[in-house]
Amino acid sequence: MTATPHFDVVVVGAGPAGAAAALSAARLGRSVCLLERGPFPGSKNVYGGVIYGRILDELIPKWWEQVPAQRWITRRGTMLLTDHQSLCIDYRSTTWGAPPYNGFTSYRPDFDRWFAQHAVDVGAVLLTSTTVTGLVRNSRGVVSGVQTDRDGDITASVVIACDGVNSFLAKQAGMYPHSGAENFTLGVKEVLSLPRGEIEARFGVSGDEGADFEIVGGTRGIPGGAFIYTNRDTVSIGAVLSLKELGAAKVRPEDIIAGLKSHPSLAPMVTGGEIKEYAAHLIPEGGYNMMPSLVGDGLLIAGDAAAMCLAAGLWLEGVNYAMGSGMAAAAAAHDAIAMGDTSKVGLAGYRRRLEKGGSSGFVLTDHKKVERAAHFLLSDRVQNRFPHLACDLLEQLYTVENPKPKRGALTIGRPLLKKYGIGLKDLVKDGRDALKIFG
Amino acid sequence: MKLPNSPVSFDDRMATVDFRISHTAHITVDSEVCRSCTTQACVHACPAKLFVPTNDGGILFNYEQCFECGTCYMLCNKAGAITWGYPEGGHGVVFKHG
Repeated sequence: MTATPHFDVVVVGAGPAGAAAALSAARLGRSVCLLERGPFPGSKNVYGGVIYGRILDELIPKWWEQVPAQRWITRRGTMLLTDHQSLCIDYRSTTWGAPPYNGFTSYRPDFDRWFAQHAVDVGAVLLTSTTVTGLVRNSRGVVSGVQTDRDGDITASVVIACDGVNSFLAKQAGMYPHSGAENFTLGVKEVLSLPRGEIEARFGVSGDEGADFEIVGGTRGIPGGAFIYTNRDTVSIGAVLSLKELGAAKVRPEDIIAGLKSHPSLAPMVTGGEIKEYAAHLIPEGGYNMMPSLVGDGLLIAGDAAAMCLAAGLWLEGVNYAMGSGMAAAAAAHDAIAMGDTSKVGLAGYRRRLEKGGSSGFVLTDHKKVERAAHFLLSDRVQNRFPHLACDLLEQLYTVENPKPKRGALTIGRPLLKKYGIGLKDLVKDGRDALKIFG
Repeated sequence: MKLPNSPVSFDDRMATVDFRISHTAHITVDSEVCRSCTTQACVHACPAKLFVPTNDGGILFNYEQCFECGTCYMLCNKAGAITWGYPEGGHGVVFKHG
């Protein structure tokens, strides 16, 4: 009989959460098996903009000297769109263009492969082209390994499920009650090739600098948003769409991208760009209250599998939360194995590490802070009425109507509030919500 | 030469994506169940347009160019219509610029 291979830790999925978990656990001296169903790490992965690097500082000192970055983001905008108008808060900084850098764009197959290699370099065993088909439990019901479609069963003291947004492992373990369509968005994206110099001229950046714009509106009334960001010689443009509403709207996702590309404010940035790749991926945007249980007997859930994407308007992040949670999962698994208790109780340190202090405390602290964001930002007022109101207000303020005397913002604003059906009570309520989230 | 922003056909769009196609389907659709579905949200929402309505009210499905995103099973409101799993290891979509 062939012995079933055994590891201290089996990590399912070699994305940012899984690679961070494998890297951290291997550094703590644990034997680690990192499983990836794609032919290489990152081959199944898509993102929508920027990877924020601070979380990498502890894992890979001076990571910026070796990370496969496309461009360092030095220009960051938040844009409101109506059919024919746009309004943009356009922030630019030279400090973001030098070490230690704030964020960068990358191609996920490049980034994820690079990051997973760091785990391999410290001893994690990476098995690619291997799909995990289920959990293995021992006679006491504790997770004791995984079934794979290639190498049979692999046993482990702790399994860390970083198996992505669809997390069949969290669902199979009965830990994901909130996995309905209402808690997910669909991201669709086109990568368009343009000459480097052309990108730099159009986006007003030079050298290795890049720009990223997050957009409200432009999604044909489907709650969500859009984005456009620069890579070295491509521009990525896409939309994020409430899954439930997309299903009801009977609009094709690629038609929404086409609409963005022909919008008068975005067309000049992408015109002539030839499509290099079309991509689609789900995003877990339900937020703090819709996360699965994070700790089971012998099992931890991290990254997108744990719905740790932070979608809060000004802040749209995911890769960093995935890495932070992976690091915490590895540390908790290490402690539990050392104590000889890998039950739910023994692994409870995972949640504590995500909640306060240390390298990973930001993960749940941030999610808790913005727990009302998804509901607020996907509301009809924020999605549709406020962008129209803000654009119309500025249009009228900026339009010179001599010989008519000038009207002030309040005179212009009052009828607009009425036109878009926004009452004073709504303004107070939304203001209070916004303060709670961003204040 | 292509005109600026000339619309790409859906086939050309999907031709930009690499797939390592498995011999076995990772998703199966029971067209019989689909016949009684009034919404068929999958038809509109699947980003790869893999669900095609047939004249008799059923659904024709092709697994080969699947992004493995999960949109279809999440939106499906007919129990048993879609059986969804991941392709065998090493197969399916392989993103280059994801």
